[in-house]
Amino acid sequence: MASTSDLDKAGSIRRAPEGFLDPAQIAEVTAGRRGFLRNALLMAGGAAAIASTARAESSGDSNILELPVHSKSLGQPVAATGYGQPSKYERNLQRRESPGLTRVSAASVSFTPLQGTFGIITPNGLHFERHHQGWWDIDPSKHRLMINGLVKNPLVFTMDDLMRLPSVSRMHFIECGANTGMEWGNVAVPTVQYTHGMLSCCEFTGVLLSTLLDMAGFDKKNGKFILAEGADGSSMTRTISMERALDDCMVAYAMNGEMLRPENGYPLRMVAPGIQGVSWVKWLRRIEVGDQPWGTKDEVIHYIDLMPDGRHRQYTSIQECKSVITSPSGGQTLLDKGFYNVTGLAWSGRGKVKRVDVSFDGGRNWQTARLESPIQSKCLTRFNIGWKWDGGPAVLQSRAIDVTGYVQPKINQLRAVRGTRSIYHNNAIQSWKIAESGEVANVQVY
Amino acid sequence: MSRFTDLLLALTLCAAGGAGAQADRYPGIGRAATPAEIRAWDIDVRPDFKGLPAGSGSVAKGQVIWDEKCASCHGTFGESNEVFSPLVGGTTAEDIKSGRVKALQEPMARTTLMKVSSISTLWDYINRAMPWNAPKTLAVDEVYAVLAYLLNLGDIVPADFVLSEKTMQQVQDRLPNRNGKVKYDGLWSIRGSADVRNVACMKDCKLESGLASALPDFARGTHGNLADQQRLIGPARGVDTAKAPVSAAKPVSRSMSELATKNNCSACHQLDKKLVGPSYKDIAARYKADDTAESKLVDKVKKGGGGVWGPIPMPPNALKDEDIRALVHWILAGAPE
Ligand code: HEC
Ligand code: HEC
Repeated sequence: MASTSDLDKAGSIRRAPEGFLDPAQIAEVTAGRRGFLRNALLMAGGAAAIASTARAESSGDSNILELPVHSKSLGQPVAATGYGQPSKYERNLQRRESPGLTRVSAASVSFTPLQGTFGIITPNGLHFERHHQGWWDIDPSKHRLMINGLVKNPLVFTMDDLMRLPSVSRMHFIECGANTGMEWGNVAVPTVQYTHGMLSCCEFTGVLLSTLLDMAGFDKKNGKFILAEGADGSSMTRTISMERALDDCMVAYAMNGEMLRPENGYPLRMVAPGIQGVSWVKWLRRIEVGDQPWGTKDEVIHYIDLMPDGRHRQYTSIQECKSVITSPSGGQTLLDKGFYNVTGLAWSGRGKVKRVDVSFDGGRNWQTARLESPIQSKCLTRFNIGWKWDGGPAVLQSRAIDVTGYVQPKINQLRAVRGTRSIYHNNAIQSWKIAESGEVANVQVY
Repeated sequence: MSRFTDLLLALTLCAAGGAGAQADRYPGIGRAATPAEIRAWDIDVRPDFKGLPAGSGSVAKGQVIWDEKCASCHGTFGESNEVFSPLVGGTTAEDIKSGRVKALQEPMARTTLMKVSSISTLWDYINRAMPWNAPKTLAVDEVYAVLAYLLNLGDIVPADFVLSEKTMQQVQDRLPNRNGKVKYDGLWSIRGSADVRNVACMKDCKLESGLASALPDFARGTHGNLADQQRLIGPARGVDTAKAPVSAAKPVSRSMSELATKNNCSACHQLDKKLVGPSYKDIAARYKADDTAESKLVDKVKKGGGGVWGPIPMPPNALKDEDIRALVHWILAGAPE
């Protein structure tokens, strides 16, 4: 049986600061004042806790020694909720708007809480949203897809039709062209949810666009572009090159094993791997084949990249290679000195991720991280690397390299070519500064 | 597509006399779209005016529609920033001549008329999506009219102008930013290559900045309490932004330029270059002989305001009075390092 002092040394009493600790108290833990936590427990638990804490000190953890109610009584029946929900303890992880970014919530964005997701798949309820004119839950039996323009046979499909056709299931990331757009000039938002959360990744199921275009007998000589159009009020329209449409675009009705969520285009959306989310038209109602781009509102007035000479680059689509450390990340406080699994996401609109390097000293020295499988084309890739935090200040960065050999740039390298006012396509290396207090902050270091 | 599919397509085309194409491969799936169905949905208008229906509308008629159906959200003059960014403003007669909007080179807000380079885009968009809360309810002539009015608000067409499928090209030739776009293949084509290059240095890499930018303390709470936005278990907890930062407890000695950076002044001001706001040197020069400047400027930095250096106002700055006083004092001294 261990004595109190042994426990103290061995750390047998878990020192994880509980939810009631404030940053100052966590800082004390961080500073290694172990006795502090016991005092904190005493203060927080009040008289009732005193006894058990005292016991914990003498013989072990009350969470082990005193059997909880769930070990000693009956739990809930099956199908208590027909569609399962996350644990109530996970309620902090929600899609959220960035205050002040847009003026009305029906033409706005909600960001995925990347700080809390694991692996590469985004849970459907946390998939980021971007609507231009609100979202709808459309009756799928009334939804139609039309293909017209430079085709021999203009066609109409019902959802029944589309779901009878040969299907493919593929994992791809979707990233808004404006993701990280608030940070072109300087640091603007506190957490990875807001810096990078217009990013999600799903296994999509649907029909290859090439299958549908073939069925309609598209004009192979003059059909250089397609237009994708939505059925909502905005009737979002985006031009996609025929080359890309035939390469790997698909018309998807499912995400992560269930039908699309209404906010993500139920019952049908375009999946255009590697290019910005605005082209993944939701509530897809029509595809037109044409010989020229359409110059739509979101190709002429928005989703254009302002260059230093005052001209805009138009039809910029590809989401270039990018990565971000999701834990630790901005707005968090580390518990204590010692070991951490530093983890993050990497992706490229040009293919697979080849390598991710991580720096703990603000970009001076780098180590190669472990990539988790699967590593797929135009899909999120999870990376991990171990780190022992010595309690001193540190700046964490990640840098991804894709199959084309392209190395994720630093913000100053992007600015040197594209200026600071582009809004779109900011794929810069992200820096997280760790203070001695353990607090993690969004900074720019290059 | 593979040669095989090509061949198959050619064969099926011959067999079916062009009707079925690959539809024959998937019998029973899909059907021909009727001409009326295509007319109902194929409403897009391209920059070469393909798809533009015949019709017309005057500026005067457009004003009536605007006031009734658009002004509530976009403002009487298309200037409102309430529901969406302003549609009108920032273009000049000079821009109409050159086809390039000069103000796009300035760090200022961008209106719709500053950016749009094809008039078809506005016609198409208003026709399909506006009014925002009742899209696709305007008649063709109403779209022409309200667009004519919008163009008149931007001084692109005169008050007696009538916009029609015949006068669209005239407007195109006057659009202030018609020459303001470049097609950039690097981020479009499947084989497009990158314009920004980094190298994967691994050891003793050269850094160009120290801490170049960080979130100022006053902005900690702008996104709600971060403690409520992080998981309750795991390697970290959310920072309780309702409380002061831990580091704030310790007195820190900072240089004035750091204080300016920390409080975002540097986002708009630099030592000797005009950014959004005037340079510190210019400010110092202007108020050299003015004894009352310091208190005036402290008030201005606190409350924000414009008109002294140009049309762009400075927003209010939320920092401690003593910090503002220190900063203004430092700026008036020429912002020494
Ligand atoms: C209920 C509010 C509302 C009303 C009424 C309204 N709009 Fe809009 N308008 C918006 C919003 C919001 C957007 C931005 C939509 C988006 O984000 O895609 C917009 C966008 C636009 C744009 C594109 C601007 C740009 O830079 O993208 C034009 C042009 C426009 N509106 C014209 C009109 C006209 C003409 C009318 C009247 C017939 C009208 N609007 C009525 C809210 C409104
Ligand atoms: C978003 C941009 C912006 C920020 C941030 C900003 N300024 Fe300004 N500032 C301006 C502009 C624009 C003007 C010119 C206003 C005018 O013409 O009256 C200005 C003017 C000034 C002036 C001269 C005022 C006058 O009437 O001559 C001072 C002094 C000044 N700023 C100090 C500061 C300080 C100190 C900060 C940080 C606490 C700061 N500014 C932050 C944009 C900004």
